[in-house]
Amino acid sequence: MGEVLIRVRNLNFYYGKNRILKDISLDIYKNTITALIGPSGCGKTTFLRCFNRMHDLYKGNRYEGEIIYNGENILKTQDLIRLRSKIGMVFQKPTPFPMSIFDNVAYGLKLKGIKRKSEIEAIVEKSFTEAALWDEVKDKLNSPATSLSGGQQQRLVIARTLAVEPDIILFDEPTSALDPIATAKIEELVRHLKNITTVLIVTHNMQQAARISDYTAFMYRGELIEFNKTENIFTNPKEELTERYITGRFG
Amino acid sequence: MSFVKKRKIKNMFALSLSVFSAIVGLFWLVFILSSVLVKGLSSLNLSLFLNDPAPPGIPGGGLRCAFVGQAIITLIATVIGVPLGVLGGTYLAEYGRNKKYSAIISSLADMMTSFPSIVVGVFVYTIMVRPMGHFNGYAGAVALAIIMIPIIVRTTEETLKLVPWELREAAFALGAPYYKVIKDIVFRGAATGLFTGVLLSVARVAVETAPLLFTSFNNSFLTLNPNQPMPSLTVTIYQYAMGPYEAWHRLAWGASFVIILFVLVASVLGRWIISKRYKNG
Repeated sequence: MGEVLIRVRNLNFYYGKNRILKDISLDIYKNTITALIGPSGCGKTTFLRCFNRMHDLYKGNRYEGEIIYNGENILKTQDLIRLRSKIGMVFQKPTPFPMSIFDNVAYGLKLKGIKRKSEIEAIVEKSFTEAALWDEVKDKLNSPATSLSGGQQQRLVIARTLAVEPDIILFDEPTSALDPIATAKIEELVRHLKNITTVLIVTHNMQQAARISDYTAFMYRGELIEFNKTENIFTNPKEELTERYITGRFG
Repeated sequence: MSFVKKRKIKNMFALSLSVFSAIVGLFWLVFILSSVLVKGLSSLNLSLFLNDPAPPGIPGGGLRCAFVGQAIITLIATVIGVPLGVLGGTYLAEYGRNKKYSAIISSLADMMTSFPSIVVGVFVYTIMVRPMGHFNGYAGAVALAIIMIPIIVRTTEETLKLVPWELREAAFALGAPYYKVIKDIVFRGAATGLFTGVLLSVARVAVETAPLLFTSFNNSFLTLNPNQPMPSLTVTIYQYAMGPYEAWHRLAWGASFVIILFVLVASVLGRWIISKRYKNG
């Protein structure tokens, strides 16, 4: 096993009085893809959104436990802006900003305070290339981002996230709003992303998890039931619950 | 009678009813616009814009002072009203969302938009004209701004709420602080709506008469000093239309024409600028 990038220990998450996540502990390894699977409402998205403290936007949420990243507990950090620039996120529906294709990807760089035009242009091109979108957009960088198709928009969002060079990218069911062809492209892209960063992906689709991930975590009712190498989870699950889920007997 | 036939008849009935209503509505609109157009166009000439009013009974003269006064009053009102209205609406839609008092303020603003404007005039008369001792342009601008603010607050709030919440989350996830999310993402996403709101409110106050009667009043002479009584197109139209002279009526038609043209041109221009700006990102 490789180097551990993020260590989750005894994570509990409360919404009001409800305990949504129960004592979750797992390690995320650098330059790997970890998939979170489980039936609807099992808390996988809630878990994902702890990593960049998205829950802080809403009232009545409380974390307990530790998510250790760079020697620091993410759940205690004050500097959310720096945290979120190192832990990127891609959402279910594509979220192009109401600006040009170029400006979408340049936006994170401007937030970081990068002002030199040549530097911004170079990073934007590199990010589009990494997101496998450069050839499709290089001639229309000034068009509004909303003019792109859904799949292209999702790759644009990935390019935007890559531009700020995050250590990990959180994907929240990134293909559930896309058609099969666009989905295949995104999967292909995500598979390559582990060469430059680390991926944590929530997916409804077990085949997707099997196709792209190195590690898989199966969650059920807020608990982490099983966490292992993907091939082990899918071929030789240790827990009966996991086996029943992946063979489609419930969920 | 067959089922299909019955449905077709019902459909015909509903269709003709709605077409009829549309025609009734449009008739008055066309009627008003065309009479202003015909009568206003015939009273248009350069002297309307270049000369100040001539004494009653003497031919010629124009409304230069009223055009200038109207422009100054509306401009000051916009400068006061737009920032306050947009910031207030932003607070309600963003920082204050889900708060109980925001909902109360929002409904109060709603009530204010249909507040009788003459009451606003009297109010400003009490707080500005009386203490200052004379009618003045500032008071007129403040009265118009007071009418403007709730309109802009509400349109701003509504348009900002239309920007999908996911877009804000996406910007937060990139590490943007809230004020930058609002400035760069929300305002941009809502630009057309915000601009339309501002435009509507300017158009709305540019045609107000009652609040100006009590505040800036009128003046037959050109003045650039808002500390003096200031003429405006609407008050002038009101006085001239009521006046006994044929020449005054013509001037009033001309002024009405220009005001309507202003509103029309402003909205067309505004939309054009927005579409242009959006293309360039």
